[in-house]
Amino acid sequence: MNVTIVDYKSGNISSVINSFKEVAQNKVKIEVTSDLNKIKLSDKVVLPGQGSFKSCTDALNRISGLVETINDFAINSKKPILGICVGLQMFADVGYEETETKGLGWIPGKVIKIDNQNGKYKLPHIGWNEINIMKDSKILKDIDDKSHMYFVHSYEFIPNDKNTISATTNYSSNHVCAVEKENIFGTQFHPEKSDKIGLKIIGNFINL
Amino acid sequence: MLKNRIIPCLDVKNGRVVKGINFIDLKDAGDPVEQAKIYSDSGADEICFLDITASNENRETIYEVVEKTSKKCFVPLTVGGGVRSIEDINKLLNCGADKVSINTAAVQNSKVVVDSSKKFGSQCIVVAIDAKQNGKNWEIFTHGGRNNTGIDAIEYAKKMEECGAGELLVTSMDRDGTQVGYDIELMSKISSKVNIPVIASGGVGNLDHLVEGIKLGKASAVLAASIFHYGKHSIKEAKEYLDSKGIPVRI
Repeated sequence: MNVTIVDYKSGNISSVINSFKEVAQNKVKIEVTSDLNKIKLSDKVVLPGQGSFKSCTDALNRISGLVETINDFAINSKKPILGICVGLQMFADVGYEETETKGLGWIPGKVIKIDNQNGKYKLPHIGWNEINIMKDSKILKDIDDKSHMYFVHSYEFIPNDKNTISATTNYSSNHVCAVEKENIFGTQFHPEKSDKIGLKIIGNFINL
Repeated sequence: MLKNRIIPCLDVKNGRVVKGINFIDLKDAGDPVEQAKIYSDSGADEICFLDITASNENRETIYEVVEKTSKKCFVPLTVGGGVRSIEDINKLLNCGADKVSINTAAVQNSKVVVDSSKKFGSQCIVVAIDAKQNGKNWEIFTHGGRNNTGIDAIEYAKKMEECGAGELLVTSMDRDGTQVGYDIELMSKISSKVNIPVIASGGVGNLDHLVEGIKLGKASAVLAASIFHYGKHSIKEAKEYLDSKGIPVRI
């Protein structure tokens, strides 16, 4: 089995790579690439994302054929894909960070700025927060409700279909922090930085 | 609910920890990787390395330390000290740092903060502010606290937020190393002025100081070095104490 981390030259993905390699040890091959063929042939794909919604979608679009390839992987081949942070946000139809930007549209919805209630809540939402598990989710298997995960973001994903939400977290209000729709998985928090419990989520994805 | 963070800081010189934990079972007390691992295993919410290497030829040592640590610790790692340019930041992030703290370079040229937060995202750009009280005001010091710039610390903090900093690491130079507690007034003034998280630093001598930093200083996170060194207090003890005082922590 092999898992590919899509390296589309946006942000720092070393922590994602380190954490997947730690969990996989030598049993599962972890590939880091933007090579379209390698992505096509993978069993699973990880789509990380740091920076803004716009900078990430721009970076995806800069690599010719990449969006079509991951689209085919997730929608037609229905193979497991995990989006992390802005990687998850890009599943939406549209994002409003910097300017209105079209997303991948895999999970209908939008990405908007967290309401800071006139400065009452500091942004970015940085640090450890508890997750509220909303439904049985394959990647949240054996993860306790109210587990702590590490967050760094100022924008939140609002999916149209609430059934896609697998966990929420509370900061200013309850917002989505994990989604699952068939073979498409996403976490707003960073499992790669969430200590042993985060590595467990990575393990759940690898072992799907 | 978002938890307040406890961040142990390790001073690293020529790739070795200068102070640090002094446990008997530690194989190599000077190894930053091993020390960081002990902290993360005992519940540290983040790890901070401050590189205090003086000579340029030894500056490469920090990259190796960061690379090794990031393969062993799966909590956020912040690295600061001597960060001058976009290239330095890029190199640290590529080695596995999650955030980079910029101090003197940000004072000399705020464009570094603007450019780096655009390029890498605000989430990984921490601006470190070293401030010293002068009458009713606080002024920014650079070069490890040696040079007074005369710049007002509160105004500067606001400016750094506007430049794109994701967090501010505020150190009171008056309190640093004294163990008499954070400069609460400085922390709360900056924290009230900006809408980004503030990490309080400088002066922690006991666990009550951590409580004060959060409750009175309004800091989102508290950084400390010496109280965690030599086993005076463990991270676990600190968290349990904060919890007993009604402060939300990750336990």
